[in-house]
Amino acid sequence: MPGLGTSFGRGAATNYQQDFQNADCIWIQGSGLMEAHPVGSRWAMKARERGAKLIHVDPHFSRTSAVSDMHVPIRAGSDIAFLGGLIRHIIETKSYFEEYVVNYTNAPHLVREDFQDTEDLEGLFSGFDPEKGTYDRTTWLFEGMEPPGKTSSAEVQSTQAFTDRTQAGETLQQVPNDPTLQHPRCVFQVLRRHYSRYTPEMVSKVCGIPEDQFLKVAETLIANSGRERTTMLAYAVGWTQHTAGVQMIRAGSIVQLLLGNIGRPGGGIMAMRGHASIQGSSDIPTLYDLLPGYLPMPRATEDDQTLADYVEAGGKKSGWWSHFDEYIISLLKAWFGEAATPENDYGFGHLPKLTGNHSHYVTTLRALDGGLDGMFVMGQNPAVGSQHAGLQRRALAQMKWLVVRDLADLETASFWKDSPEIRSGEMKPEDIQTEVFLMPAAGHVEKEGHFTNTQRLLQWRDKALDPPGDARSELHFVYHIGKRIKAHYADSTRERDWPIRHLTWGYREHGVHDEPSAEDVLREINGYDLTTGKLLNGFGEMRNDGTTSCGCWIYSGCFADNVNQPRRRDPGDLNAPGGSVSPEWGWAWPANRRVLYNRASADPSGKPWSERKKLVWWDEEKEQWAGYDVPDFPPGKRPDYKPHPEAEGMEAIPGSAPFMMMPDGRGALFSPSGPLDAPIPTHYEPLESPVPNELYPKLGANPLGITWMRPENPLVAEGDDHYPLVASTFRLTEHHTAGPMSRNLPWLAELQPEMFAEIDPVLARERGIKDGEWMVIETPRAEIEARAKVTNRVQPLRMGERIIHQVCLPWHWGTFKTNPQGVTGDTVNDLIAISGDPNTTIHESKAFRCNVRAGRRAGETTVRLADVDTDQDPNDDQPDFASKTPHSVLGDEEQA
Amino acid sequence: MEIAVQRPEAQRMGFFTDTTVCIGCKACEVACKQWNDLPADDLRASLSYDATRELSASTWRHVRFVETLRIPEPEPTLNFVEAALGAQLDRWVFMSDVCKHCTHAGCLDACPTGALIRTEFETVIVQSDVCNGCGYCVPSCPFGVIDRDPYDGRAAKCTLCYDRLEDGLEPACAKACPTDSIQFGPYEELVERAKGRVATLHERGLEGAYLYGAGDEPQDQLAGGLGAFFLLTEPPERYGLPAHADSPIQQNGPIANATGVAAAFVAAGLAFGAFAAAFRKAR
Amino acid sequence: MSRPKPFKRLRELPVVGRAMDWGLGPAAASDNTLKAGSRIAGLKVTESVCPYCAVGCGQLVYTRDGELVDIEGNPNSPINQGTLCPKGSASRQLIQQPGRLTKIRYRRPGGTEWEDLDLETAMDMIAERVIAARENHWQEHDERGRRVNRTLGFAHLGGATLDNEENYLIKKLFTAMGALQIENQARI
Repeated sequence: MPGLGTSFGRGAATNYQQDFQNADCIWIQGSGLMEAHPVGSRWAMKARERGAKLIHVDPHFSRTSAVSDMHVPIRAGSDIAFLGGLIRHIIETKSYFEEYVVNYTNAPHLVREDFQDTEDLEGLFSGFDPEKGTYDRTTWLFEGMEPPGKTSSAEVQSTQAFTDRTQAGETLQQVPNDPTLQHPRCVFQVLRRHYSRYTPEMVSKVCGIPEDQFLKVAETLIANSGRERTTMLAYAVGWTQHTAGVQMIRAGSIVQLLLGNIGRPGGGIMAMRGHASIQGSSDIPTLYDLLPGYLPMPRATEDDQTLADYVEAGGKKSGWWSHFDEYIISLLKAWFGEAATPENDYGFGHLPKLTGNHSHYVTTLRALDGGLDGMFVMGQNPAVGSQHAGLQRRALAQMKWLVVRDLADLETASFWKDSPEIRSGEMKPEDIQTEVFLMPAAGHVEKEGHFTNTQRLLQWRDKALDPPGDARSELHFVYHIGKRIKAHYADSTRERDWPIRHLTWGYREHGVHDEPSAEDVLREINGYDLTTGKLLNGFGEMRNDGTTSCGCWIYSGCFADNVNQPRRRDPGDLNAPGGSVSPEWGWAWPANRRVLYNRASADPSGKPWSERKKLVWWDEEKEQWAGYDVPDFPPGKRPDYKPHPEAEGMEAIPGSAPFMMMPDGRGALFSPSGPLDAPIPTHYEPLESPVPNELYPKLGANPLGITWMRPENPLVAEGDDHYPLVASTFRLTEHHTAGPMSRNLPWLAELQPEMFAEIDPVLARERGIKDGEWMVIETPRAEIEARAKVTNRVQPLRMGERIIHQVCLPWHWGTFKTNPQGVTGDTVNDLIAISGDPNTTIHESKAFRCNVRAGRRAGETTVRLADVDTDQDPNDDQPDFASKTPHSVLGDEEQA
Repeated sequence: MEIAVQRPEAQRMGFFTDTTVCIGCKACEVACKQWNDLPADDLRASLSYDATRELSASTWRHVRFVETLRIPEPEPTLNFVEAALGAQLDRWVFMSDVCKHCTHAGCLDACPTGALIRTEFETVIVQSDVCNGCGYCVPSCPFGVIDRDPYDGRAAKCTLCYDRLEDGLEPACAKACPTDSIQFGPYEELVERAKGRVATLHERGLEGAYLYGAGDEPQDQLAGGLGAFFLLTEPPERYGLPAHADSPIQQNGPIANATGVAAAFVAAGLAFGAFAAAFRKAR
Repeated sequence: MSRPKPFKRLRELPVVGRAMDWGLGPAAASDNTLKAGSRIAGLKVTESVCPYCAVGCGQLVYTRDGELVDIEGNPNSPINQGTLCPKGSASRQLIQQPGRLTKIRYRRPGGTEWEDLDLETAMDMIAERVIAARENHWQEHDERGRRVNRTLGFAHLGGATLDNEENYLIKKLFTAMGALQIENQARI
């Protein structure tokens, strides 16, 4: 979540779900909180009972909207216009929390003289390279700053790593600034100019809502922020799944910083994540561009050839990242044990190197072109759940082998047997050469281990029973495959096999199935002091000389005192002051802090902003920070501490700067070297939008949005009137994601048995579509059928002279079931093109163009792609730092 | 009252379902099926988000989605699009329906076998080991709750988790409910809490909030008062609930009396049989 | 609703009333009713966490002799306080679902049906294939001569419903093998 990381320092939800109850206003945008997280919304409903206002800004009127005080049906994909409007309104009405903004954000910093804004360049910032379709971000820096590292910033292709997001390598102590916020080049004034045209009229025009609705939201947020009150923002994939997704989150972050809501009880930003351990799978990443703990995966550039280069590029002189070397060296010690020595750079040189984007969609296209031998799919269903699912299924058919692990059969494992492409005759089982291993997995009660939930909370599960038959945990699978691979290479002397031979793999086995000990793995993740053999108590004990090991630095401390901390189960006294924190229930990273940046809950002098909103404060007597939560600040650093101008590392962070992961300790209103596509969020239309960009007519969509211009991935061309409607996907309470965990469970299947589409009565009448009858939804990629739900819950939007209709699609269905009581339906992802946000390569499924008609589809869903030539050289499409990639959405002529 | 299971310390227990905090998640439906091991029903197209449609022998909790589609009719001065653009969204209201555990339970009155009894918690349950599947209870319920199982023919409905209550556990639906829309507790206490809740909502401006099935004057009581009662904000009919209800048998004097007495005799006979059987077993 | 309730009145009569309750009073309680009790009393309880969304609800898992009997919310959890959503409430059925897989299914190239395969054979075959993919696609240097030590021959997808311990081993093993294309739902 680079949007949060670049703004505050860590890419994770700032607060905890129970803290909803401490909010005075809950602002839900880009999330269907009640729909997708019913139990999380328990706490939002409790807040409502205590008088808090609930605001839901969403194209789709859902169960979330039904229980909110206000529902604002903005056009899908117009969020930044709405958020920019909020920023402008807060600034122009002087409603920002001034003391907070001046002291805790980078509002006073001066940006370089050569920085040019979108207002000067018709939607682009200075530094845009039309050839590469990327920015050279040098001009975005603060006055006097130099770009970090040896690599040009234009070559950086990912901002997933914390260090990429937080101005690595920069020293910010010396930034000229104006605490009066009057200097024309200070961030505050830059922001003010940037959003000057985001007026209520403009918001109304772009978002398709009445001005008074927008103003009511703005006024409610303002009335519920400040010293005495706090507003909490909740978002989810309604923001991330856009080609400007990171910028939407950035814009929400700016609003929360201006209102002074970050780091405070009942405030902050809750990124509501959709899977049991999706936070964990970023923390301990199965992501191509990260190593555990958000350390960047090394690149093939000169920055990362040696450990010293890597540390220099990643470790900052100022702020927390001065510890960077400790984390990477300890990780290498955890992985390569005694073989990792200072002399061999701890094995750093053996790590594989990135040369470009190797994300899921890039890999899918490689596979489609025959460039991939095989794939492991564990607990995922790309044949339904990934964008352009028809292409996913065709890609599976090009692999030599496929290993799928799940509780039951699913579309991804059976694509060769039962899929739209098989039914249409486009693919024949006899012709598909993919060897498939479908392996039964253990369920959540049949193995032990821990999940990290949406609030960074690690919670351990004990094992209740054995998995049936040949079902095994993924831990068992990977461990035993690993043993076979290590055995294969045991006698090798080749350099390339060094990491496998020396890989530490000594986990204790237990039980009849020789299950590796999950606790042993967790101990390795926590880390050891190698001089004593004792478990570390936290990352503060880590060293950079190879005498500590740690598998994921942000999780260090989860096994402190030799206690499995995520297994703790003491909720504490919930009714005591601050009792909702429950510090002894499970364990939260980092260092068991439940509210990130909570130093900001106190004023610069260390006193709580108000009695009502106290959380962490400076205890003058004990000379340390105290409070209900673990302070997210050096415990003994006085609030009045002022660093020496030459100070480095954490000593350079003043006692009044709560965002200690940032080199200047301040929240980023302006992000000089965070996101690749903008230092300040700017409204761009979705890739496929039926309307021009009112603010930047020459530009339209995000100029850095990733697209793959291939014949089998067609986009709706601008001016193509055949697809006049805006489609957006959403989740239902009764189902889970791509369906394998719900569609085959009779108790859930019966609750939402059919794929449906929600449309407004006007559109229904225009197209002759009747409630409850069949309708077809069509894009250039595919057409699917669904039951029509004609409802006032979807409303036509007035966009100037035009009326825009939206089509809301739940996306849980697939074409295959494992038992008679399961349910099937057409797959929404067959409709959607592969695309990507430039920072994350997350696709755009929350706003795309389509058409609808009454009746059933003519053939199988993706049959229109059957004759498209997909035969490309597998290496052609592999994006490289040096080539013009990702493709810009601008045509060449438009770039000039 | 006709308490079949004697337990001196037991008191009347009930459900208070507050629709103003219901988020329509259907956790209650699934938690009920899970605990009572009820099968999934045949699949039905959903109305609004309601594919369950009604309470049945295999569905003992049912979340209703109160949504009416109002397509404004075009007027001479206003075209259809203008009308739709100006239309206010209907409220979308959710309500978890359940057996009411009536004070005057029609089903119980109609049951000729003694299968339907009142427990020590003053709840009404079907004893499946007694029920002969005659189905008299089905039309006797003014709420359309009780139903016969299509497979074994016996009547079935919510037991207010009688088995859990015996072990001091909360009913499955109330336990699962994420927003505490379903509350379980001693009846008198619940009624007091519910009355307070209505007053609070009135103070907050939700003047349409009222209790359905509790807190009424005796002459206005629904079926003598409902053990499972509701806080509603729309007229009862909007939730598919009758505005008036009582045990049909109790309301139709002479005929009901005859049936009732006959039924009582049949029940007595069967109960004696059951008693004798129990006695034999005990020996 | 002030209509007379003759039946009720009848009940209030001393003798007839008792007679009317005859079939409904204590004698009416059946054997099963008198024995009623929850099926989880005295069972082994294990603390777990719901596998669906990221709210992280605590669950209590009741088992009898290694057999799953019931899954409910954990009342002690400060997050869910005993509650669960419909998916969490259905999670016993996730484990006991009608189509639950217990045997390995193998599909040979060009095959039209699933075949059986024993676990050890499958593990050996998979290890062979991943080693071959690594060897066949090994890149020591990229086209510009920079050291890359990697293979793009195989990929991994998944992890958002896996345990952190599992993801840790996946990342560790596959990275040591030189694989880069390791991805999960966080991006999807």
